[in-house]
Amino acid sequence: MNAVEFIIAGMLAAATPFLLAALGELVAERAGVLNLGVEGLMALGAVIAFIIVYQGGGHLLGFLAAGLASAALSLVFAVIALGFRANQVAVGLAIGILGQGLSALFGKSYESLTVKGLPKLSLPGLSDIPVIGGLFAQDVVVWLSLAATVAIWAMFAYTKTGLVVRAVGENPKAARALGYPVIAVRFAAVAFGGALAGFAGAYASVVYTPLWADGMIAGRGWIAIALVVFGTWLASRIFLGACLFGAVSLASLAAQATGLDVSSQLLSSLPYLVTVIVLGIISSNRRLLKLNGVASLGEPFER
Amino acid sequence: MSALSAPLLPVLVRREHASLPVKLIAPPVALALATLLNLGLYLLMGRDPVAVFHAMLLEPFLSWASFSEVLLKTAPLLLIAQGLAIGFRAKVFNIGAEGQFILGAIFASAIPIWFPEATGQWIWPSMLVIGALGGALWASLTAFWRVKLNANEILVSLMLALVAAQLLNYLLLGPWKDPNGFNFPQSVMFQSDAMVPILIPGTRVNVSLLVACALSLAAWIFMQRSFAGFKLQVGGLAPRAAGYAGFNEGRAIWLSLLIGGFAAGLAGAAEVAGPLGQLQRSISTGYGYAAIIVAYLGGLHPVGIAFSALLMAALYIGGDNAMVSANLPVAAVRVFQGSLLLAYLVAIAFVRYRLEWRHAAHGSTS
Repeated sequence: MNAVEFIIAGMLAAATPFLLAALGELVAERAGVLNLGVEGLMALGAVIAFIIVYQGGGHLLGFLAAGLASAALSLVFAVIALGFRANQVAVGLAIGILGQGLSALFGKSYESLTVKGLPKLSLPGLSDIPVIGGLFAQDVVVWLSLAATVAIWAMFAYTKTGLVVRAVGENPKAARALGYPVIAVRFAAVAFGGALAGFAGAYASVVYTPLWADGMIAGRGWIAIALVVFGTWLASRIFLGACLFGAVSLASLAAQATGLDVSSQLLSSLPYLVTVIVLGIISSNRRLLKLNGVASLGEPFER
Repeated sequence: MSALSAPLLPVLVRREHASLPVKLIAPPVALALATLLNLGLYLLMGRDPVAVFHAMLLEPFLSWASFSEVLLKTAPLLLIAQGLAIGFRAKVFNIGAEGQFILGAIFASAIPIWFPEATGQWIWPSMLVIGALGGALWASLTAFWRVKLNANEILVSLMLALVAAQLLNYLLLGPWKDPNGFNFPQSVMFQSDAMVPILIPGTRVNVSLLVACALSLAAWIFMQRSFAGFKLQVGGLAPRAAGYAGFNEGRAIWLSLLIGGFAAGLAGAAEVAGPLGQLQRSISTGYGYAAIIVAYLGGLHPVGIAFSALLMAALYIGGDNAMVSANLPVAAVRVFQGSLLLAYLVAIAFVRYRLEWRHAAHGSTS
C-alpha cells in the first residue's frame, strides 16, 4: 500500500472524531450556545468507553455510556451557562479543564492498556476498486457518522425541528414570542452536542487508536470547534473540513513511516498549524461569516 | 427561564444594583462548595477525605518550608493572571498563555545555552526581558490573526499553545539537548549568573515574586487610573459605546494580547531562571491554564487576583502533598481547579441576580 492509498483508506476513520464532535458543536452553536468544553467532553467520553470496553462490556455499551457521561457533563455546562447565565466562554473552559481532569483521574490505572478495535465492513464490489477501494471498507461507526452528517444536514434544511433550533439561535426573543421554549431548546442542543462529543472521544479511544493514554484527545476537541467555523455552520462543509484534518493527520503518519526527514514535532503540530492558517483564510472573509454565522452566539437569553 | 422550569423552581431576577457583598463572598463560597464536592469525590474513590483535606488545603500553610514553596508557585500564576485579566476585561480571550509562557522560557534560555561561559549580573535580568518579549511575540501572532484576519483569538491562541509545546519538545530532543544529559529531554544546567537571586534566604523564593507584585501594582494603576485602561474596559463592557467614542478596537486587541503575552513570557523566563535552572519538558505544569482560573476567581481585579494566585499555588503544593500522603492521583488537582471555577461562576451569578420563588399563578403569565 502506498502513501496515497493509505491516506484514502484511512481518511474517513481519522476524520470521524473531528466530524462527530464538530457536528455536535454545530447543533449547539446553531441554537446560539458556544460550548468550548468539547476537549474535556471528548476526554471524558474516551475514558468511559475505554474502561467499559476493557472490562468486557463491549463497544455498544462503551459508546452509549460515553455519550451519556459527556451529555451529563454538558448539562452541567447548560445549567451554569444557560440557567445561571454565566459567561459561556468561562464555563466552557472550566468544563474542559474538569473533563480532562476527570478523564486523567478515571484512566489512571488503565494507562497504556489496549483493547480490540472494530472490524471493517466493506461495500462489496466498490472496495475492490484499485487505489480508492479502501474508502469503501470502514468500521460501522464511520458509516453511522456519515449517516449522522446527512441526518443533521437534512434536519436543518428540511425539518421544523431544524428551523426552531435555528430561530432560537438567530433571534431568541422572536422565537420566544412565537411560543418556542428557548432555554429548553438550548438545553437539548447542548446535551445532543455533549453526547456526540462523547461518541467522538469513544471512537478515538476504542476504535481509531484502541489504547488509553492520558491527554490522547490532543487538541482534537478544539480543532472540532474550529471546524464549525471552517464549515461556516454547514454540515456538508464541516464534513469536508473533517476529511481534510483526517488526511492531514494521516499524512503526518505516512511521512514518518516513509522516513521522510522532517522532525516529528513539526508533523505533530501540523494539524494545529493547518487550523490556524485555514481559520485565518476563512475568517478574513467577513461577509461569509456574517452570512452564515449565528446571530446570538454566546449571548445569554433573558426575557 | 420559566418555560423550562416547573413553576416550583425559583427564577433568577435581575437586581437593580450589582451586589458588592455577594461579589466579595463569592470566592470563599465557591471554594467551600468545590471543596465539599471534591471531598465527596475522594470518598467515592475510597480515600479518607479528612486526610486529603488536611494535606491539600491546610498543610501548605502549616509549615514555613511548604508555605515558601507556595510563594514560589504564586509568582508565575500571579504574573500570568494579571496579564490575562486585563485582556479578559476587554473581552479579549487569550487562553493560550501556556504557549506564551513556553516561548518566554525558550527565549530566556537562549542566553545561557548559547553563552554558557558568560558571567555577570546582567544575565538574569536580560533573560527576563527577552523572555517577556518572546511571550509578547508569540501573542502577537494571535493579535495579527484576530485584528487583520478576523480569526477567533480563543482558537488561535490555543492552537499556538499546542504548537509551542511541540517546539519545546523539538528543541529539547534536538539542538538544545544536553549532550551529557543521558539522553533526557533537557538542556544544560545554567550558570549561576543566569539564576534569579534568592529573595528569602533558606528557601527557593526568588526575586520574581517581587517582580510579580510590582507588576500587579502596575496592573492596578493601569486598569483603575489610566485612560488606556479605561478605554480597554469600555471596549469590553460596551463595544458599541467604545466605537462611538472613537476607541480603536484593533488597538485594544493588540494591547490586551501583548500585555498578556509579555506577562506570561516573563513568568516562563523566571521559571527557567529560577527553581529549574535549565530548560526542561516539564517547565509548565499547566500554569497558563490555571492562570485563567486565577484571573476569574480574583474577579478580574488585581487585588483579588493576588489572593486567588496564592490559593491556586497552595492547591498545587497541597495536591503534591495529597499525592504522597493520601495516594491521591495528581489529576485530582485539575478536577479541583475545574470545579472551583464552575462553583465560582455559579456564585458570581448572584452579584447581578437574585433568586425568587414564584408561584404558578404569577409565573405563568410572564
